[in-house]
Amino acid sequence: MLEFARGPALAFSVAVLVLGLAWRIYGIFRRPARIDHSQPRRGDTATGGARAVFAKMLPPRGVKIRGAQMLNAYGYHIALALIAFGFAPHIAFVARYLGVGWPALPDAVTYVATAVAIIGLLIALMNRLTDGVLRLLSNFDDYFSWVVTMLPLLTGMTLLPMPADPTRLAIHLLSLELLLVWLPFGKLAHAALVFLSRWRTGADFARKGAAV
Amino acid sequence: MNELDFDTPRFTIKKPDVRYDKQGDTPDAERSQRAIDAFLRDMTRSTATYMESCIHCGHCSEACHFYVTSGDPQHTPIWKLEPFKQAYKREAGPFRWLYKKLNLTKTVTADELRQWQELLYDSCTMCGRCTLACPMGIDIAGLVAQARHGMFAAGLVPHELWAVAERAAREGSPLGATPKVLRERVAWLADEHEVEIALDLPRADVLVTLSSIEIMKYPASLVALAKILNRMGVSWTLRSDGYEATNFGLFSGNAEWQRQMSLRVIEAAIACQAKTLLLPECGHAYGAMRWQGANMYGKPLPFRVLHISEFLAEAAREKRLRLKPLQGSLTFHDPCQISRRGGATAAPREVLSALGVELREMQPAGDASWCCGGGGGVVTLHRADEHRYRAFQIKMKQVEATGAERLATSCSNCRLTFDDGRAHFQWQRKMESLLELVADHLAG
Repeated sequence: MLEFARGPALAFSVAVLVLGLAWRIYGIFRRPARIDHSQPRRGDTATGGARAVFAKMLPPRGVKIRGAQMLNAYGYHIALALIAFGFAPHIAFVARYLGVGWPALPDAVTYVATAVAIIGLLIALMNRLTDGVLRLLSNFDDYFSWVVTMLPLLTGMTLLPMPADPTRLAIHLLSLELLLVWLPFGKLAHAALVFLSRWRTGADFARKGAAV
Repeated sequence: MNELDFDTPRFTIKKPDVRYDKQGDTPDAERSQRAIDAFLRDMTRSTATYMESCIHCGHCSEACHFYVTSGDPQHTPIWKLEPFKQAYKREAGPFRWLYKKLNLTKTVTADELRQWQELLYDSCTMCGRCTLACPMGIDIAGLVAQARHGMFAAGLVPHELWAVAERAAREGSPLGATPKVLRERVAWLADEHEVEIALDLPRADVLVTLSSIEIMKYPASLVALAKILNRMGVSWTLRSDGYEATNFGLFSGNAEWQRQMSLRVIEAAIACQAKTLLLPECGHAYGAMRWQGANMYGKPLPFRVLHISEFLAEAAREKRLRLKPLQGSLTFHDPCQISRRGGATAAPREVLSALGVELREMQPAGDASWCCGGGGGVVTLHRADEHRYRAFQIKMKQVEATGAERLATSCSNCRLTFDDGRAHFQWQRKMESLLELVADHLAG
């Protein structure tokens, strides 16, 4: 089972991830671009696009948002990044296939990050189920994306203490592969799309000198 | 056909049996197909980017004056686009074959469109505040404008809005300010106020345009404009073949009417060889001409387009406009289409600074300012009064919190919304026009 997870299943999931995302982005770019003939107020639309990508990482100025939810979202996004890219076994896994590695975070940090991510995702789900607006907006994608994000965290927890049982390791890998396969099709693709949509608005609005 | 009447007191029907209007007797299947076809025509690269990007976080709800004051989740801005998104996924998205084959996303029905009419028209002013809140940067207001194209194609537009748009396309003005009425008004105002108002000059550097609300409800603004331009010694004219800057084609969702209305003004400006097209105190006229006019024309415009506040700010900056000080304190209401979405937030503040008045900003003001609730054609919809009055209370609180003695704006539609809100709530405040304040304080 571990061989399968490390071999064909991994190759398949990475292929679906790459091709699926490429197809989704191609699907956007195949649509016609509308030429804007208006006299721009500012010409630095590319700078505007890049600025929006970063500016939108921060809460907007003057507009109240769902502060607690955003704080929670910051929390579990950062925690997920720390776990994915800072945990020593994960770095070793990447190095095994790509031959590149980087220094790992102390295990204790990634354990805390795991707790933050799991609690954060549980809070996010609770919000989604109890808040009128979120319940209305939510569909299968929201809940399934939640499941496939949570699964690698939970299956990863079962691997402690190291060294892990091979079957459990295979299950952990397969749960990650499920996430990779789903990512291009659902809202998890925002990991890539966030750059496109923020850039688009940033560039268009910079032309007008309008606020993003 | 209903005509707009801004003078008689308004009433609100709380629970009418029918919550939607329709045009014609087209069968439902054809209505939904027409809407889908129109939705698909608008599926540009930008639109597709936005359609793919929503993460259902709900932050946009808190930015919307209609959601904040109603608490109704259906007023969440992105929810207002649900049929548009549905059509995209099933007919235009990268995985459309999957959604269609497995019927994962149902086709948009006329029933859904009827249900969404209230969300797309009555409870959205396209103010764009939601775009500021969206962490993905989705331009929801722009998408609402596009979704309205589909509603128009389906013949599912609120009747009051449809009627004024149709009248504007037929007569040249939504409120009956026909060329004949304009000429009569100009003659009357010139005589009454002893001011020269240039009309139909064959050549002029500046073509002045008006909002029909100004012509019919606030004619003093034309007098103010004439006084300022005459004092500055500007070569200007009004043209009876292209004076109406209001564009109800844009509001109602009829792109062809929008184009025709824009072209009238553009051709008049070209005919008199204008170097500048001056837009009136009207928010959406600015968006329609400054940012969409050239696209309606199909190429860059051979003149520059300025909102009156930009023109006055530029003149004050270049010392071509000299003003007497305006005593006391004042708070300024930002028209969304000029400030937040138009990029001209600084212009009125520059004019107010030239007037020397103590500016007390609302919190928030400028780009993050709250909408008055009447934009996007909402003020024309009597059935939306309940939403609008609820939302207007945000503005009342904001204004009162500044403690400013005076209140001004640079959009006649906002002014109309404030005047109507003031009458409804018996609020002791008067909304003033920035243009008229300037005209009243011209230095000798």
